[in-house]
Amino acid sequence: MKKLINDPAKTVDEGVAGFAAAHPDLVRVVVDPPFVIVRADAPVAGKVGLVSGGGSGHEPLHAGFVGFGMLDAAVPGAMFTSPTPDPILEATKQVDGGAGVLHIVKNYTGDVLNFETAAELALAEGIEVASVIVDDDVAVKDSLYTAGRRGVAGTLLVEKIAGAAAQRGDTLDQVAEIARKVNSSVRSMGLALAPCTVPHAGEPSFDLAEDEVEIGIGIHGEPGRVRIALEPADRLVDRLIEPILEDLPFAADDRVLLLVNGMGGTPLSELYIVFRRAAEVLAERGITLARSLVGSYVTSLEMQGVSLTLLKVDDELLDLYDAPVETVALRWGR
Amino acid sequence: MSGLDGAWTRRWIEAVAAQVAERKAELTALDRAIGDADHGENLDRGFQAVLGKLEALDDAPTPGAVLKLVATTLISTVGGAAGPLYGTAFLKAAMAAGDRPELDAAGLVEVLAAARDGIVARGKAELQDKTMVDAWTPAVDAAAAAGDDVRAALEAAAVAAAAGAVATEPLVAHKGRASYLGERAVGHRDPGAESTSLILRAAADTQ
Repeated sequence: MKKLINDPAKTVDEGVAGFAAAHPDLVRVVVDPPFVIVRADAPVAGKVGLVSGGGSGHEPLHAGFVGFGMLDAAVPGAMFTSPTPDPILEATKQVDGGAGVLHIVKNYTGDVLNFETAAELALAEGIEVASVIVDDDVAVKDSLYTAGRRGVAGTLLVEKIAGAAAQRGDTLDQVAEIARKVNSSVRSMGLALAPCTVPHAGEPSFDLAEDEVEIGIGIHGEPGRVRIALEPADRLVDRLIEPILEDLPFAADDRVLLLVNGMGGTPLSELYIVFRRAAEVLAERGITLARSLVGSYVTSLEMQGVSLTLLKVDDELLDLYDAPVETVALRWGR
Repeated sequence: MSGLDGAWTRRWIEAVAAQVAERKAELTALDRAIGDADHGENLDRGFQAVLGKLEALDDAPTPGAVLKLVATTLISTVGGAAGPLYGTAFLKAAMAAGDRPELDAAGLVEVLAAARDGIVARGKAELQDKTMVDAWTPAVDAAAAAGDDVRAALEAAAVAAAAGAVATEPLVAHKGRASYLGERAVGHRDPGAESTSLILRAAADTQ
């Protein structure tokens, strides 16, 4: 393992400290309980507060999306491990401007259980909390026999659009409804060319030969559903986009937002090669590309790989997506 | 000693902390195969925090007081799925123990069953889902069948939990992160079932 760290046990603490030092205009960091990151002007009176969080190692998710028009607080857990209820509760209290708080939770057992407990504690303290579970990953069969689909890169779109709804003054019920609408309209799937190494584990999360690809990975270094031999980029893109298109399903005349997300170790040039093919497939199917987003937003440490996300949009979702946002990782319109 | 008192409970938890620290890498390796490689690390963080809190307990705590301290500490330090699941297990165990000064064999079975029921309620897992329930349930059953001797009940629970953990290897996972792997989880032992086995083995070995 070769990493820019001092001590595996301190990677999250030191990263968060650096984040706070770099962006004091946008966020402040609360360290007791550890690492609640809140929007600099929180709580905003009368505005629904948005809290998200999860294991660290997916940067810029979630801390990078704290600010005007998006999240009010992010709660980073240990590396790839959901936070405990205490900091989630503290974040919820810190961002409650009297209009209630929405928890945006990725569908992993640990995240769901810890956010659920925090929501119960917040309720006991008189704060109204609603929760939205994000589960956009089509690689996982949603059935009685799994923990359900994972929440992956689509989470960023839920946070952006729900954040805009909260910013314009929607009620807690309305913001939660928008968040659920985004979740029900968004689908993702990813692949890995090389695994990542969790600092405390010290060795790669899975073994992958030089000429192999994992299809259908999540964002925690967990292996995918199948492993295949390496193929040209266009063919790999087809393997990701076809299950996504079939799942919703997306059809001719739909308008979509296409997010090509790097997993942390893939250069932007390759992400654009992927985007090129994905856009070509959409055009062949008569699907209109309404918005594009390309970059590494929901990562898995230094994993080499990419995920594709399609969001079916209407005028309301587009307006909210286009609304001003000012965070470390997304900024426009302001 | 006829039953299990607060001092025994405290020695047991100290033994668990030592075992988790020693086998941290092994638990993480099991989790790396079918999960996200943090189970040993997370449990170790939790039980090290428990050790720090145990020092603040008075000299003669009840079993329930020790178990409750373990519960609240694990919930607020472990995170992931293991934090709420083990936290709930110890919390329900503490509630079942109540303020009894010591537990006899029947009391032990009550406490183990309450822990197991708490895990089932939180995680909504059933037997054969390839989770820690596959170690807890046979342990509860074996302790109940062991008769009036509390030491025999502890030993039976530990043996059954170990066998239950091994028996998760051929299973397809239906809960937790391993469920994403489908058939690819087959052949790997569930890390939560293994840590359950570790906890109950430590209990049987604690004098």
